[in-house]
Amino acid sequence: MTLARVHVLVGVDDEARLAGVDAVLSALRAAVAELGLSGEVQVVETGPLGISGRGVVIAVQPDGVYYAGVTPADAREIAAEHLLKGRPVARLRLPAAAPVARPGELLARQTRVVLANCGVIDPERIEEYIALGGYEALGRAVTELRPEDVIEVVKRSGLRGRGGAGFPTGIKWAAVRNAPPGERYVVCNADEGEPGTFKDRLILEGDPHKLLEGMALAGYAVGAHLGILYIRGEYALSIARVRKAIADAEAVGILGERVFDTDFSFRVEVRPGAGAYVCGEETALLESLEGKRGWPRIRPPYPVTAGLWGKPTVVNNVETLANVPDIVRRGPDWYRTLGTPTCPGTKVYTILGSVRYPGLVEVEMGTPLRVLVYELGGGLLPGRALKGVLIGGAAGAFLPPGELDARLDFDSLGERGAALGSGAVLVMDERTCVVDTLGSVLRFFHHESCGQCVPCRSGTDVLVRLMVRLQGGGASRSVLEQMVAIVDAMRAASLCPLGQSVALPVRTALAGFAEEFASHLDGGSCPQCQATVRALPKK
Amino acid sequence: MTKEAVLARYPPAPEVLLALLHELQGMNPGQYLLPEDLELAARHLGLPLSRVRDAVTFYSMFSLRPRGRHVVRLCASPHCHVAGAWSALDELRRVLGVEVGETTADGLFTLELTSCLGACGVAPVMMIDDEVVGNLTPAKVAAAVARYREGR
Repeated sequence: MTLARVHVLVGVDDEARLAGVDAVLSALRAAVAELGLSGEVQVVETGPLGISGRGVVIAVQPDGVYYAGVTPADAREIAAEHLLKGRPVARLRLPAAAPVARPGELLARQTRVVLANCGVIDPERIEEYIALGGYEALGRAVTELRPEDVIEVVKRSGLRGRGGAGFPTGIKWAAVRNAPPGERYVVCNADEGEPGTFKDRLILEGDPHKLLEGMALAGYAVGAHLGILYIRGEYALSIARVRKAIADAEAVGILGERVFDTDFSFRVEVRPGAGAYVCGEETALLESLEGKRGWPRIRPPYPVTAGLWGKPTVVNNVETLANVPDIVRRGPDWYRTLGTPTCPGTKVYTILGSVRYPGLVEVEMGTPLRVLVYELGGGLLPGRALKGVLIGGAAGAFLPPGELDARLDFDSLGERGAALGSGAVLVMDERTCVVDTLGSVLRFFHHESCGQCVPCRSGTDVLVRLMVRLQGGGASRSVLEQMVAIVDAMRAASLCPLGQSVALPVRTALAGFAEEFASHLDGGSCPQCQATVRALPKK
Repeated sequence: MTKEAVLARYPPAPEVLLALLHELQGMNPGQYLLPEDLELAARHLGLPLSRVRDAVTFYSMFSLRPRGRHVVRLCASPHCHVAGAWSALDELRRVLGVEVGETTADGLFTLELTSCLGACGVAPVMMIDDEVVGNLTPAKVAAAVARYREGR
């Protein structure tokens, strides 16, 4: 970073845009210039600062002062009072109870690997990424390491795929490396569509070069020369930032022909999606990349043997690839000091719902759910009581308060019959009806079922009909039994994880909140459910 | 730019289909794909028309029916639902006077439901065209619609 006495970091993402960050930035820059501070104060547009629902957020460093809900007039006041006179504007500071008001403590409780640069560097300046050790791993890999060595490092790190399934990344890469000679590809899955999840968007917006470096390392390791980034079409800012990052990296010889003046060449292309949740499933994504409707393929063969255009293909999630540069740069032994023995490293979560400080956090694998809800999330909103947590998005598990000590990693949650999934944590208070929430989950799956296989196409349809009866108050216990029978059949017979995963929310909701379901049977009335049924579009 | 000029920028390879359709749809005032757009794409890429239709009807961002000048898309996924999306929907129906999937008589707005927009930090959320409007309350919904009615 350029040397300046004070850096003012302004988080720019879609949420800040909607809160008017552009006007705040111009007011701030104008005020800094007018006050003659241009030489010592640098205003840096950066990615998301990890604080949601509080409008425009800016941080003044090295003071560690965070301001929220900043308007253009506030920006002028901050410049005149804080930047010029050194007196922080108390009125706008985040409350002392907010973890972000004490960044040292916040970072002590979080372990930031993937998000280390988010909110710290200007994501549109490659120099800032490089200044913090960026592209060092790629440079060393292509000049000093053999591809096999890179795979060995990733294998030894124990890195597992962060898309939800937790498959060991090194083993996937080795399979592609060892495929018969010929073309092969690296595909990054940035089709983030799991409800409640926006971690990949924040990585793409906040530190796009880290992802590109991870993709290039994957390309070098498996012998690919083309990486394709499939981003959901709605993520306009992500698409723009990644495109700029690719152009900047090519301009300095880090991507494209002859990476770091070696014989290794690696191009990255961006492909926007067109709106389909199922395209987050890797084989549906490959179909979509080939210009077709996103129907999952029958497996085997798996993408590592027959992926894009039938060639061996690595498909990795954004968060997975963003872990790779640090693993190569700092070594697998360092990585294994984080997390648990079977799930090393960190995980990024989006904490949402009835908590005081919703937002994005990164903690070590194995961190108890309680820490996320009560420490990083700040606990329930004042006066509210915890009803339960939906973890993992729509394809996730409903956990009652008794499960708060669950450790969050692939294996611990698997043992409890839950799944880590995308890392979405929805905290529900006593006002939320679990039956109604499950109804919303089932309508989501009904809408997003691709229609290819009968168990899912028909199963989601029947589930929604049963749900309408249950929510309308006219159902008997047999409705619940039918729901279980259907989701079990879907789990056994659906073609892809979309249909298979519906059993998870249904079974965990019924098991953890049985009384609430029982109260809806035989004419039991629930105002929230009835309001939903009334509001449902008539079709 | 004419549609022919747009086509010329795409190599005749099937994998560019979605990107091409996005661009063609964006050129039409009603934010939808005309029958001749599908034919143009099929001919340029050497694909059967059925294959193009197959893709168009699959993805939610494409429409074969004309839409209003502004498309209002309310997120109906669980996180927005829990945060009160249905009261926002009631207000949208009231101020627009249409049901989901319909277009207002003056051709200004089409009301749609969508799956998660990835802006859950400000749930409940809707998008009007490319603008994300979050933390929706009935008052905020009415104000946003009014702003677009008056030409922003």
